[in-house]
Amino acid sequence: MSAAGRPPLPPEDLMGALSTGDLVPEPLASDVPPPPPRPEARYEARPKGPWAEDGEGELLEVSVGPHHPSTHGVFRMDVVLEGERVVRLKPVCGYLHRNHEKIGEGTSYLGSIPYTDRLDYFCSLTNNWAYVLTVEKLAGLQVPERAEYIRVLTAELTRLLNHVCLIGFLVHDMGAMGTPLMYAFREREKLLDLFEALTGSRMMCNYFRFGGCRCDLPPGWLEGVQRFVEEFPRFLDEYERLLNENEILLARSQGIGVLTPELAISAGVTGPMLRASGVNYDVRKVDRYGVYGRFAFRVPLGEHGDTFDRYMIRLLEMRESHRILGQALRGFPAGPILDPKAKLRGFRPRAGEAYGRIEAPKGELGFYLISDGKPNPYRYRVRSPSFVNLTILEDLCLGHTLADAVVILGSVDIVMGEVDR
Amino acid sequence: MEALDSLLTRLHAALPEARVAVEPNPAVPAQSSLVVDPDQAVAVARWLRDDPQLRLDYCSNVTGVDWLESTVIEKVRVRRVVDGAEQAVEESVERRRPGYLEAVYHLYSMALGHGPLVLRQRTRNRVDDTRVASLTPIWRSAEFQEREVFDLFGVRFAGHPDLRRILMWEEFEDYPMRKDYVEPDDYEYEPTPHDEVLVKARRHYPAEGLS
Repeated sequence: MSAAGRPPLPPEDLMGALSTGDLVPEPLASDVPPPPPRPEARYEARPKGPWAEDGEGELLEVSVGPHHPSTHGVFRMDVVLEGERVVRLKPVCGYLHRNHEKIGEGTSYLGSIPYTDRLDYFCSLTNNWAYVLTVEKLAGLQVPERAEYIRVLTAELTRLLNHVCLIGFLVHDMGAMGTPLMYAFREREKLLDLFEALTGSRMMCNYFRFGGCRCDLPPGWLEGVQRFVEEFPRFLDEYERLLNENEILLARSQGIGVLTPELAISAGVTGPMLRASGVNYDVRKVDRYGVYGRFAFRVPLGEHGDTFDRYMIRLLEMRESHRILGQALRGFPAGPILDPKAKLRGFRPRAGEAYGRIEAPKGELGFYLISDGKPNPYRYRVRSPSFVNLTILEDLCLGHTLADAVVILGSVDIVMGEVDR
Repeated sequence: MEALDSLLTRLHAALPEARVAVEPNPAVPAQSSLVVDPDQAVAVARWLRDDPQLRLDYCSNVTGVDWLESTVIEKVRVRRVVDGAEQAVEESVERRRPGYLEAVYHLYSMALGHGPLVLRQRTRNRVDDTRVASLTPIWRSAEFQEREVFDLFGVRFAGHPDLRRILMWEEFEDYPMRKDYVEPDDYEYEPTPHDEVLVKARRHYPAEGLS
């Protein structure tokens, strides 16, 4: 029957036609084989509260993900809901697991650098830095001053890139479809162009080497960074004017997912999430790795530890990164970019172990290497901030609605490449 | 941070029954670590966290290491009668070191801004007694990381609230980060196999007549 010839449906039938029941054909009882018995649900201890027995309310188990747009990659949450409230939430990860550590143990020290790009694919340069810092620590290599400045510049640009995109994703999760994320991606495009000019690649930069960097700056690159740094505060002002006092953002984020400082410290939460809870701990200040001791910058701290503080901390950190960039550009030294004594190929550090860590945009990114004197590490371990920060996801979400759980997950800032490794 | 010697003295004064050894690190950072017996690990960890001079309130990294059984060649000086006269002679002795699994914790202090202190627990062997104490009751950050070590190395953490696999699926049987792990042949089915995969596929799907 053609669509034109069909009689118009009455308005009450336009929606939920199947719910009336009379359109569902009865199954023929005789020739339909009985369905095979379903295996027991493997979910541990399905909660049976007093609600279910009284018959007043029922618990509903929902599996959010792994292909849900709000889970930021292939991530799943086993959520148990009472009404709309979350009463239990178990993160399930591993969908992107490729045993990065095992591959790192079978590869030479140099060969692992491009692979670290794929951990947190938004921030490949900081991943490189954490890894080469650990190798330098393990082997006692020195880094020339110019290379240290290049590292600070690129790491802070990476931080801008990460935070600007995170805020775009976060408000996207709250329902601000499109505009803020497009603004963020406009800035990201400028940064990726800078990375491409420097390293030849937009996302998988593979740029740092033990004892320095792979190649020197292309002509005009510093001027490009200078232009970006001059323009960036105007974008930040615009972004803050657009979002900070937005009623929906305030209503969806204030008082949601409060993380107490005690729990944050005990659970090893790091990065902007920790500082939003008011704990003053920034590896750039504590370890002063690289040349971070030379720059004046402040560590913004939150007061309430809720989603709004986590949003605001990222904006404030971008202002501080901008300050560091300005200072680094003013004092940019000339000189070599690679320690001439650093041996990249056939590199065999003495037996022993080292743990190195940096303040990556998402938190403390650590590498733990054990050398047994061979060309590849005996043990290669990545301590990724996204993974550890997920530990307290259930504590943050309990008692909030499922819609809030999505926003809380957005404010934790995870990248599955790093969680699953 | 306080030197390991004075730390150990104070630790023995506070917990006389704790057996703690120092494992030297010959690499450049020279970051020695404490090896603690699993039976007293929780008490030692609690002391490290609560001691006012240390206050190691932040457990940054938890990981496992697999040490296979190996033969260590040691130089020993023995007295021997050589040509009628007793002399001190250097001899190399082969010693079998049993294999074990290790759980390594990197501890920092957020309150005092120092660290790291490396804490290690060792299992008795790699096969049937792979139990160490879980430090999740002390540092919550160990929760997921200990699950990962259990998942990939097969270290059993006694006292962990929720010890399940986290990265591999629950039905997975082996421990992929162990040094002697062998990847199963039929790990993934490939519709158009070639090269090495073709060799494996022939072994596993002989009925399909792959050529």
